Amino acid sequence: MSLLWLRFALACYFIGLVYAFVALTRTSELFSRIALHAASLGMVFHFVSLTELFLSDKVLWASVHNGESLLAFLSMAFFMVIYTIYKTTSPGVVVFPVVFFLTFVAAVDEQPVLLTQFVSHKGWLIAHIILIFTGYAALVLSFGASLLYLLQERRLKSKKPTSLISFLPALEVIDQIGYRSLLLGFPFMTLGLITGSIVAVTTYGHVDFLDPKILLSLLMWAVYMLMVFTRWNSGWRGRRAAFLATFAFVAALAAWAANYFSAIHRFAAS
Amino acid sequence: MRFQLIGVNHKSAPIEVRERLAIPEARLPDVCRDLTAYPGIEEGMVISTCNRVEIVTHTVNGHADLRGFLHHHFHLEPDELDPHLYEFREKDAVRHLFRVASSLDSMVVGEAQILGQVKEAYATARAVGAVRGQLDQLFSRAFAVAKRVRSETAVGSSSVSIASVAVELAKKIFGTLQGKNVFIVGAGKMSELAARHLMAHGCASIFVANRTYERAIGLAQKFDGQAIKFEDLYSTCDRADIVITSTGAPHAIFRREHGEQFLARRKNRPMFFIDIAVPRDVSPEMAKLDGIFAYDIDDLQQAVSSHVADRRKEAERAEAIITSEVEKFEARVSTLDVVPTIVSLQDHLETIRQAEIDRVRGRMGQLTPEQEIAIEALTRGIINKVMHTPITTLKSAAKESEATTVVDVVRRLFNLQVKGKGDADAQPVAKKDEVGVRR
Repeated sequence: MSLLWLRFALACYFIGLVYAFVALTRTSELFSRIALHAASLGMVFHFVSLTELFLSDKVLWASVHNGESLLAFLSMAFFMVIYTIYKTTSPGVVVFPVVFFLTFVAAVDEQPVLLTQFVSHKGWLIAHIILIFTGYAALVLSFGASLLYLLQERRLKSKKPTSLISFLPALEVIDQIGYRSLLLGFPFMTLGLITGSIVAVTTYGHVDFLDPKILLSLLMWAVYMLMVFTRWNSGWRGRRAAFLATFAFVAALAAWAANYFSAIHRFAAS
Repeated sequence: MRFQLIGVNHKSAPIEVRERLAIPEARLPDVCRDLTAYPGIEEGMVISTCNRVEIVTHTVNGHADLRGFLHHHFHLEPDELDPHLYEFREKDAVRHLFRVASSLDSMVVGEAQILGQVKEAYATARAVGAVRGQLDQLFSRAFAVAKRVRSETAVGSSSVSIASVAVELAKKIFGTLQGKNVFIVGAGKMSELAARHLMAHGCASIFVANRTYERAIGLAQKFDGQAIKFEDLYSTCDRADIVITSTGAPHAIFRREHGEQFLARRKNRPMFFIDIAVPRDVSPEMAKLDGIFAYDIDDLQQAVSSHVADRRKEAERAEAIITSEVEKFEARVSTLDVVPTIVSLQDHLETIRQAEIDRVRGRMGQLTPEQEIAIEALTRGIINKVMHTPITTLKSAAKESEATTVVDVVRRLFNLQVKGKGDADAQPVAKKDEVGVRR
């Protein structure tokens, strides 16, 4: 049943995806409003889907697909928060395609998964998943913002204010969105890793630092911290910040991909 | 639809002519009254701004002598005035008015002021009773069209002077200008104007540096700002987010190393240089730095002209909206023109029907309720069938030029009185819905 709701959500997000492409070529106030409503409706369906999953009393959370679904939902939630504060839908250009892709993969089929060995630590596991995915979602937003920053910076530097990308908000607004997402995501990511370690220690009795998942996660966290630090210390933005954000994003993808190689952090049936 | 419009604008007449026609606001009500008292004019109003003087009327027969009114009212000889006048009737008058209200006929296309001016003129004329049914409808529509043009096209969204382009660019960089600091380097008229615009948009404070310190003090006082000695320029400049520079220096005064210093001290927060000096004050090398946005006078002018080009494109879309709105308005008004005739025709036949039923009832004596219903249905049916074609013809003729002829023929054939025309004019929309074959 939760899959059905997820597919409804997917249909709504599709409108957002179309908006993302349209917004690159022309500005339409009406369409951005439609996309916004569609995305909100999608979030409602998505929420229902996730709630059903949660209430189903299996730790289905730990499947790859459900992880993707949760990440999509949290990214969308971040997008909505940004919209509420800055009244701009432009991060949607990056967020909508990512969310659509994640939801699409998650909505393909259901993975009947049970991580039996984790059942006794359900609370910690759920905390770990939610925290880490909130961190990921913040990273997605921050990455998106840094791309938009580059785009807007190039436009202003080219001195040919074409209407092509005029949907973009002011440079400093994009910068703030990116920086705030970064700042907000960092504690979540850190706490997510800590709770993850707790789960690992209580399950296996120790943390294997040579496991690819752990290594890559630590690398990602280090890049994340470096980003926050350079930004805070010397105000890195623009090109340099975008490179760093891209690096952090790739590290995050690598850490995610490590699920397929890790001996300890394996989603059952994945 | 007997609208007639005459006037002069910035394109048709030089300022000397427009000056002589300009009507001070206080005199507008009197002119409106004079206008409606003039032969052949039912309703009338005057739009008088610095760029145009126009008289919009609804006439008795579509051919009022508006030129005569102007000659008489302004004591001008025909050869002085007539070469500059344009005159529009019916559909063309409607189109012209829609264009004026939508700011497509303005000197700066898309400027927002004209709509307010037209609205004021309308309110004045309405207050003295010079605008009633027809012009009322026309102007309500014109305001709606102007709103549509504004919301569906970007015709009003760009601004065109260099100072406002500078403000717009600053907003693209900083979002809001609230709390931003401005640095004027080299006190000049142009930089003063740009600074004034920036302050009007919320900039917090102004620093002024000039080779002659006294001039810096003078300008700083105007803005309640702070004068800076020229030798302290590089040590203080990073406090500003926006720098307007227009010195007469023969070489660039802001070079790459300065830019790097500023950015380091500002923790890479962006800076916007508006360089209106020729030769330029900001070196191209410095302009390449991440976080430095430098626009020289050519860049600004290019931005201005690209806005003009954008506007032209948007204006074309606006013209398309106007064309479709004129068609819609014409169709609606024409249908309303035949409404009184249709209503009288229906009344006329209904009277005949009632009279005939009464006559038959007298001859046949008491009828049963069933018989009553049958007779009612029969007679109504006949009338509806007979009326169907004339009403359809009238309605379709309304959209053609022969409307008046058809209306005349129908009136003569059925010997209809023109009663109800006044009512139809007063409540055109309500009447429209009632028209049709009664069932």
